[in-house]
Amino acid sequence: MSVTYLEAIRAAQEKALTDDPRVFIYGQDVGAFGGAFKATKNLAAEFPGRVMDAPLSEDAIVGLAVGAAIEGARPIVEMQFADFSTVGFNQIVNQAATLYYRTDVPCPIVVRLPSGGTLGAGPFHSQSMEAIYSHYPGLVVMTPATVEDAYSMMLEAVSIDDPVIFCEHKLLYYHLKADKLPDVAQPAGKARIARAGRDATLVTYSAMLHESLQAAEDLVEEGWQIEVIDLRTVKPLDTDTVLASVARTGRLLVVGEAWPWGGVTAEVISRVATEGFGLLDAAPMRLNAKDTPVPYHPDLWAAHRPTATTVAARLRQLLTQ
Amino acid sequence: MVTAVKEKTVAHNDLDPALIVRAYRVMLLARATEDKLASLYRAGMIKGGVFLGKGQEALSTASSIFLKKGDIFGPLIRDQAGRLAFGDTVLDTLRTYLGSAQGPMRGRDGNIHRGRPRDGYYAMISHLGALVPVVAGGLYARRLRGETGVVGVTSIGDGGTSTGAFHEGINMAAVEHLPLVVVVANNQYAYSTPNNRQFACADLLDKAAGYGIAGFKCDGTDPMACLETLRLAVQAAREGNGPQLVVATLLRLVGHGEHDDAGYVDAALRKANVGRDCLEVGARQLIAADLATADNISQWTKEAQAEVETALNKAQREKGPNPNAEDWQAISTEHLVDGHYDAEEE
Repeated sequence: MSVTYLEAIRAAQEKALTDDPRVFIYGQDVGAFGGAFKATKNLAAEFPGRVMDAPLSEDAIVGLAVGAAIEGARPIVEMQFADFSTVGFNQIVNQAATLYYRTDVPCPIVVRLPSGGTLGAGPFHSQSMEAIYSHYPGLVVMTPATVEDAYSMMLEAVSIDDPVIFCEHKLLYYHLKADKLPDVAQPAGKARIARAGRDATLVTYSAMLHESLQAAEDLVEEGWQIEVIDLRTVKPLDTDTVLASVARTGRLLVVGEAWPWGGVTAEVISRVATEGFGLLDAAPMRLNAKDTPVPYHPDLWAAHRPTATTVAARLRQLLTQ
Repeated sequence: MVTAVKEKTVAHNDLDPALIVRAYRVMLLARATEDKLASLYRAGMIKGGVFLGKGQEALSTASSIFLKKGDIFGPLIRDQAGRLAFGDTVLDTLRTYLGSAQGPMRGRDGNIHRGRPRDGYYAMISHLGALVPVVAGGLYARRLRGETGVVGVTSIGDGGTSTGAFHEGINMAAVEHLPLVVVVANNQYAYSTPNNRQFACADLLDKAAGYGIAGFKCDGTDPMACLETLRLAVQAAREGNGPQLVVATLLRLVGHGEHDDAGYVDAALRKANVGRDCLEVGARQLIAADLATADNISQWTKEAQAEVETALNKAQREKGPNPNAEDWQAISTEHLVDGHYDAEEE
């Protein structure tokens, strides 16, 4: 018996609906159809009137969630693909993200963003939006990389009083499996050392964790022990765990699937450079996707995003400079 | 279904005389408040801009005066009157413009960007149309909780009808059959842009048919017509007939903000029926209907001005926010606050 990353997200939503009558789900095709990825499969039947199809209107979907949150509900809204959240962007960053600061009324909404690249998905079904939402004050941005985190962080996202951008990676939906759902939740906001090592610190999150772990494994034969940190949430960003690791290793590589200008990888390096410059034995490095739209063709896509091979190559550069 | 309420020269039989008088006094109070805001602005005493609703008091008052406790009101820029009719105060208005820490926004937002969401009084953001789906969402949550008979009203201008949020919000409210009333004040100009550069339909009311919702139109300079129209629209929403679109025609009698002399407004419009001052029209209507005398109106005006002075004296004595006492947190969940930047400053 095993559970996938997608099933964990579905199970967490089911538990949230069961445990809290204030929770409802609103989004395109989330009702009887069960969602484009089946993340809400059977939930409409199980919870009549609380899992509803929305018109094709991302702005209105998020706006509805904000209004419902003001009235004490706890909406989960699904953007069918993270890419389409740009149409709801204004409601997310200007309405949801400012409500608590401006009015002292919290805005407990969860915006689910099926994120990241998959084979053949192309420029408009592949984007990683975590950096742009992290830039705005007032949002919590979660980027689970494991089945356990997908489950427990979704539950935490629903339970807290603030708006959460829940970046779930589509590439992990079906392939990433765990034996069972976790009994004990690791709280959001803290990074996790996914693999211990002494020679370099590799900081990453979401699907890039798995490319990074593979790269670390590949370097074992060459005698390197890489410490891999899974950020889990990119906002807040757990700087302490990163700095503590860099203090042990002296070297830092930050890997992300998003575009290179600014973003999470730049933020991590900025923090380590300003707070932990003396800990570094070499210039910190980062690896991101290329600075173009995400290409459609599998060969182009494979070269556009970081992979275990390119991560390992960058690690070798870092370790020998 | 489109209902046009013809201009009323006497009180409509279905309108409570006491409500008509109350509405007119709210209009007077809004005008007195805004006249004071304009003079404070000219004296350099306002922090930031001033955006007034002069000429729109009748429509704005009518928008919220039929709402009850537990209903939702999402006002926009030119709704000083509607805000007061829904329970906002002159004091909170002045506090917000003057930057008092005791206002509902505590100095964190200003002027028309104010509200008390816990009381159903939503605080607009500057992005027009964005409040339409939010008010719809409030109504959606109320219905999920099993509450019936709740109504939400929100406002928009002719310019705001061109936004995606307006379209998405009304269409969604129609699909969800929510008790939402959207009041369009067609004041002829979106900042400086005239109607003929804003939309190509013959009448904004035509949009109601496109969304499959009920529509009402009225003369926004006519207080009695505004009251009667909104009475019908709010009642229809409350009775479960879904969203209602109200389109009123009027003219903004001031600039977009007090920094704007509105020199772009066609002089012919100012002289036309659409350019009438609704307070003058209302005074004539009250007197003709034997609901007030000219002396009454003069006395009410003085009382409104005195209320504004009292509130101003209080608001001016209040302190602004203290930057050193702010928590500088945009979220409420302590363990998820990113403390890095605070640490960096120390």
